[in-house]
Amino acid sequence: MKVSAIITLKKDVLDPQGKVIHQALDGMGFENINEVRQGKYFEIDVDENDPSKAKAVVEEMCKKLLANLVIENFKIIETQ
Amino acid sequence: MKSSVITFPGSNCDRDIDVALKKFGFNNKMVWHGDIELPKSDLVVLPGGFSYGDYLRCGSMASKSKIMQSVINFAKSGGLVMGICNGFQILVETGLVPGVLLRNKYLEFICKNVFVKLDNKENAYFKNLNKDVLELHIAHNEGNYFCTKDQLKEINDNNQIAIYYCNIEGKIEDQYNPNGSIKNIAGIFNKEKNVLGMMPHPERMIDQSLSGEDGSIFFKNLLNNIK
Repeated sequence: MKVSAIITLKKDVLDPQGKVIHQALDGMGFENINEVRQGKYFEIDVDENDPSKAKAVVEEMCKKLLANLVIENFKIIETQ
Repeated sequence: MKSSVITFPGSNCDRDIDVALKKFGFNNKMVWHGDIELPKSDLVVLPGGFSYGDYLRCGSMASKSKIMQSVINFAKSGGLVMGICNGFQILVETGLVPGVLLRNKYLEFICKNVFVKLDNKENAYFKNLNKDVLELHIAHNEGNYFCTKDQLKEINDNNQIAIYYCNIEGKIEDQYNPNGSIKNIAGIFNKEKNVLGMMPHPERMIDQSLSGEDGSIFFKNLLNNIK
């Protein structure tokens, strides 16, 4: 089954890329933005039919490689 | 004295550090990232470059490569491991030194000479060095050192800050911080001070006619300290 993971920067970590994207969007006329934060999205097809087991595997991947827990948080979403 | 330089796919300062180590008397061996065993070494260097194309996060893929388990064991048994630039990024990803290296504050690749102040000489790298400020070269996109408040407290309590960005006189101020690093940190030790990660490249400062010689001073002293 496919499991997705979203990696986001923690609140107190500076996100210069997000800031530049924010400025660009402002310049394009999107003027009502409070903040932009950039993150990462992974879609992982795990050879496992039990959703809780599949999620557990992806959680371990996030902790060990996909996210750096000093600066990032992760959220796991079961897609199908 | 024996040294080993690890080459990862995308390393591009591995030959420079090889030249530097040999110039000052190390018997250096190049070690491929896919190898499992580390040759007998007094010093292991993780070189600069763009290992694995900086995929995912700089240094993250290299930190999981086969040879790294041996490097981690070597470090944990007290062996000297030095990571320069991308090597520093690899070290933080292994957890051997605390913190992370974020993108430079102003989103620019920085390539220039900087001055760094040595903070702590009670270690194999800087002991007996007769200078407190060195002129070294930096070339990086992700050198903005960051750590949590708890980590910063621990780093301070254990005197783990190795070098700070400063001016020629050794003044550590915001205006001399090229990349936004917390507290102008340019390099950091592990608790035991046998692992050193730093963004500046001492291997680019080993020839007076090409650049400068503060790297020469560092390598000569390092060799004498290890002897």
